[in-house]
Amino acid sequence: MALVNLDQVHKYYGDLHVLKGIDLKINKGEVVSVIGRSGSGKSTLLRCMNGLEQYQEGGIVVDGKEVTTEDIQVRQLAMSVGMIFQNFNLFPHMTVGENIMLAPTIVLKKPKYEAERIARAMLEKVGLGEKFDSYPEKLSGGQQQRVAIARALAMNPKVLLCDEITSALDPELVGEVLKVLEQLAKEGMTLILVTHEMNFARDVGNRVVFMHQGKVWEEGDSNTLLSNPQTDELKQFIGAVL
Amino acid sequence: MIEFSNYDILRNLLFATQWTILLSLAAFIGGSSVALTLTALRLTRNKVVHSLIRGYVELFQGTPLLMQMFLCFFGLSMLGYEISAWGAAILSLTFFTSAFLVEIWRGCIDTLPKGQWEASRCLGMSFLQILRYIILPQAIRVAVAPTVGFSVQVIKGTALASVIGFVELTKVGTMLNNATFEPFKVFTLVAIIYFLLCYPLSLYSKVLEKKFNGSR
Ligand SMILES: Nc1ncnc2c1ncn2[C@@H]1O[C@H](COP(=O)(O)OP(=O)(O)OP(=O)(O)O)[C@@H](O)[C@H]1O
Ligand SMILES: [Mg+2]
Repeated sequence: MALVNLDQVHKYYGDLHVLKGIDLKINKGEVVSVIGRSGSGKSTLLRCMNGLEQYQEGGIVVDGKEVTTEDIQVRQLAMSVGMIFQNFNLFPHMTVGENIMLAPTIVLKKPKYEAERIARAMLEKVGLGEKFDSYPEKLSGGQQQRVAIARALAMNPKVLLCDEITSALDPELVGEVLKVLEQLAKEGMTLILVTHEMNFARDVGNRVVFMHQGKVWEEGDSNTLLSNPQTDELKQFIGAVL
Repeated sequence: MIEFSNYDILRNLLFATQWTILLSLAAFIGGSSVALTLTALRLTRNKVVHSLIRGYVELFQGTPLLMQMFLCFFGLSMLGYEISAWGAAILSLTFFTSAFLVEIWRGCIDTLPKGQWEASRCLGMSFLQILRYIILPQAIRVAVAPTVGFSVQVIKGTALASVIGFVELTKVGTMLNNATFEPFKVFTLVAIIYFLLCYPLSLYSKVLEKKFNGSR
């Protein structure tokens, strides 16, 4: 069974039909880019995958666990799925080290020295070893986002969900975050990213999912799909972003 | 008739001020405890609990504190519960204080970005863990200034306890006025004492607010 399975998922916000029967299977180690116009349901799709949003029909199974918004299931799922947000969402009252150590300590119940070892290792991995004792507000956006990645990695997830994680960054800081993602992809991490970085999607990603009006409009191998789009909608979209 | 020197007046007023302070503290501590419980309950997603708390807040914010005191004092006595003026004053001031604090604190919690909750949830924390490690430490920093500011209202509110016969600053002021027939002198002194109690708190609240706004 694939790592992430969506089976005919429908999601409504009140009367608004946002996801209209999404079928998607994502295997371990895949790097999947979700692209599409604003409002096409990309964020909603991601947020349904880890129980931040409730879906009304169909089924989602991730790492063998059924996804619901029930508190207990969301917490179970957090052991398998990490999420990175556009605006970082670091905890501003804690140092970088404390940000990363918190969940391993209180959720995974690791002893403090072990949590600290993990935190330092993850910080090294994102190239911020020396920032352990800094407060988030002292860091640049790119550094904050890398800390957020380290914080998610410290939970040892099987898949990372990234929702436009470079969109809030100054252009010159985008590269350092993408580099970290590329490294993770090389190491075999499963990544599902909503992104506008078409080069990244083509060069690092394996697969592209084009969302349109709440449906998976077109999907396939990233190189093929981006250089040879089949539908008018995707052609238009690629024309608009390039 | 006994003669009251200025010294006697001041001495009596200062003695009574202790009771005003004590009543304020009791009301504040009682009110905070109730408000803390209600604030935590508000954060759960239970609709019934929400409307009950809403009703509580509307009731005690929407009626005069004096009426609440009358009801606590005379109302409870008529229902057969003997209650002292002290008890009735504390009880009604606790209702009053908690009804305002719960709103103030909810506002503080609402100013925290939704992303703080979401990120915590995605890291597998439970509701109580999120409150304890993420929300409360940040909300408290936001809440100190308006809470200290509101404590001024509690101190001024204690003056109403004089009407149900609790002997605090205002009550003693009234008594001294009846004895000396010097309302201007007596009530000026009373007002000055209230001001000296309240002004430092208002000032401190402003300082805290600046400090907080500066550090963001
Ligand atoms: N909490 C909400 N309540 C009601 N409607 C919502 C909510 N969140 C999103 N929507 C609506 O659902 C639709 C899909 O939103 P979504 O955020 O998933 O789009 P998106 O593809 O991520 O767009 P963007 O590129 O702008 O981030 C939009 O029409 C949006 O207005
Ligand atoms: Mg979005």
